[in-house]
Amino acid sequence: MIVAEQKPLEEIRSLIQGAEKVLVVGCGTCVTVCFSGGEKEAGILASALRMASRVDGRPQQVTHAVVQRQCEWEYIDAVRDEVREADLVLSLGCGVGVQAMAERFPEKIVVPGLNTAFMGMPVEQGVWSERCQACGNCLLGLTGGVCPIARCSKQLLNGPCGGSVDGHCEISVDTDCAWQLIYDRLKAQGRLELLLEIQPPKDWRTSRDGGPRKIVREDLRLNPTGSI
Amino acid sequence: MGELGFEPRIVALCCHYCAYAAADLAGALRLQYPDTIHVVKIPCTGDLDVRDVLDAFESGADGVMIAGCMEGDCHYQTGNVRARKRVDRTRQVLAEAGVGGERIRMYHLSSAMGARWAEVAREMDAHIRQLGPSPLRATARRPSVET
Amino acid sequence: MSSANNGLRTESRLERVLHSGQFAVTAELGPPKNADPAIIRQKARLLHGWADAVNITDNQTAIVRMSSIAAGKLALDEGLEPIIQMTCRDRNRLAMQADILGAYALGLRNLLCLTGDHHSFGNHPQAKNVHDLDSMQLIQMVVGLRDRAAFQCGEEIKGVAPRFFVGAAENPFADPAEFRPLRLGKKARAGADFVQTQLVYNVPRFREFMARVCDLGVDKQVYLLAGVGPLKSVGAAKYMRDKVPGLDVPNEIVERMEAAGKGIDDKKAKAEAAKRVGIDICVELIQQMREVPGVAGVHIMAIEWEEAVAEIVQRAGLAPRPNGSAAQ
Repeated sequence: MIVAEQKPLEEIRSLIQGAEKVLVVGCGTCVTVCFSGGEKEAGILASALRMASRVDGRPQQVTHAVVQRQCEWEYIDAVRDEVREADLVLSLGCGVGVQAMAERFPEKIVVPGLNTAFMGMPVEQGVWSERCQACGNCLLGLTGGVCPIARCSKQLLNGPCGGSVDGHCEISVDTDCAWQLIYDRLKAQGRLELLLEIQPPKDWRTSRDGGPRKIVREDLRLNPTGSI
Repeated sequence: MGELGFEPRIVALCCHYCAYAAADLAGALRLQYPDTIHVVKIPCTGDLDVRDVLDAFESGADGVMIAGCMEGDCHYQTGNVRARKRVDRTRQVLAEAGVGGERIRMYHLSSAMGARWAEVAREMDAHIRQLGPSPLRATARRPSVET
Repeated sequence: MSSANNGLRTESRLERVLHSGQFAVTAELGPPKNADPAIIRQKARLLHGWADAVNITDNQTAIVRMSSIAAGKLALDEGLEPIIQMTCRDRNRLAMQADILGAYALGLRNLLCLTGDHHSFGNHPQAKNVHDLDSMQLIQMVVGLRDRAAFQCGEEIKGVAPRFFVGAAENPFADPAEFRPLRLGKKARAGADFVQTQLVYNVPRFREFMARVCDLGVDKQVYLLAGVGPLKSVGAAKYMRDKVPGLDVPNEIVERMEAAGKGIDDKKAKAEAAKRVGIDICVELIQQMREVPGVAGVHIMAIEWEEAVAEIVQRAGLAPRPNGSAAQ
């Protein structure tokens, strides 16, 4: 899932400064399950912004709405009326949602209330950890299901480096050494010989390094009239 | 009579199993406690919705107290532990919004503690009097009808 | 000058010394955090004649310093045989190959391929991390430039191809410990000619590591130089023991450093006494290294203390170096 966290209130306030009617738009998918931009969070933020603006002596009208998925046109059209009423839209979607809102309503100022951080998972309630970098060419079959592109601080394919100690990365005791995890996993599976092969340089073209990416599935496309 | 003629408006969210029962007992024992405290019963403090607390402040409350079971004795096991964390978070939101994080407090009681209820009620009242009216008092609005 | 004759792959002086079977000595020169060539020349003069080749570090600990290749050329002009260091942290494969072509054109002949400390340790933590290649792939690439006269993309090099003596690093005390000798074997298969290890203070543990390396036959595939370094103070010893990942500094050594300053009140004299013991320990370590099977030499890392190298090499009985170590 996409994991994001709310920007500090001060920063959000500066982004909405001057607007009289602000609409906070939450999203019901990823940001709901990482507790940063769902219904509750949108309500709490709207309330906090109202209160802060009142304490400041310059009250702002802040309302909120939530769409099921902020990254799909059909879903965000559902709040078209509320958006029309507002001076400014504060999106609590991930970076994709913010851009979808901005593109669908180009005449509106749309600002982000979240910092989209990474693709990851909740390893326990309240703790999310990065797992995937969308390199576009998944090599998890070679590494026992642990990704060195996302989880090794140096993205090594022939790790570990000399800084791996006690199972953690040299950058922090709170960061696992991905290669220790890979080693342990493959050892337990009796497949350590995979680590003796020298992995060649990665073809980064399928990554962001090759330019912004796009996938087209002709088998799924319909022409505008709906016919095949 | 409060300082500068200010009568605090304090909302007390009390859990059914312990705190509310303690407040009820205080009443039955005819123990005196300030009438600035408005008691609201909730099933468990673990059910606390931060939006309800913020709503109270937006509607003009000067303070909110959350009262639940003794630590380790929550009827629903960990409700009051979750509540404590949620209260800490709400405190932060209130501080950042400029309303004041000191205006929310959490207390733990058992259902037999009628006297303790009266004591914490007096304590909260005195605390809020000392803080003064909420900065939102001047521009209070009607409570929302959503909840 | 001819090359690839008499079993030699390159024109490297270091290769010649190692190939002859003599116990080799390499040292280290840290470039300055400024653009002053005089500092390189000064350090080069301190090291001249005491090592067969000298590593020129590359933004060590991710702190910006004069580039290894530029400093290496300056050192070369002073008569040293430089070992250029190149990390994977700061350059992609294009910049690496361009630098390698240029370094060779400038007369440099040895290249140490490193992953590089994470840049969060350095003075520019906000930078973008490159790591286009890792050290294993860099080794393969540099060997490919030499042995196949081809760029990493496969394209043939027309004209002079860079022919470097290729080095790698290994940390015998990093985790997972049992994998380290195997990883060293991997670097040998990638084509590394020589390997320098991280600082060794725990000789028994190092012997175990070397025993496994020899069992795997890797000592026959690469020339291995053991890393040693003089401790400057008890503070430095404790720091290395406690704060540097992958360094094993036994307590006996820390205690010896502590005992060094005992009974001396004068601050300066106390510091000097500590330095003496630091050098004593280094000399002892080198003597022990000479007895460890599979070790072909030592790599002396006297960080910001290049003056100590001369004394260490002499007291360890390793002076004079063959042919005076002056690059011709």
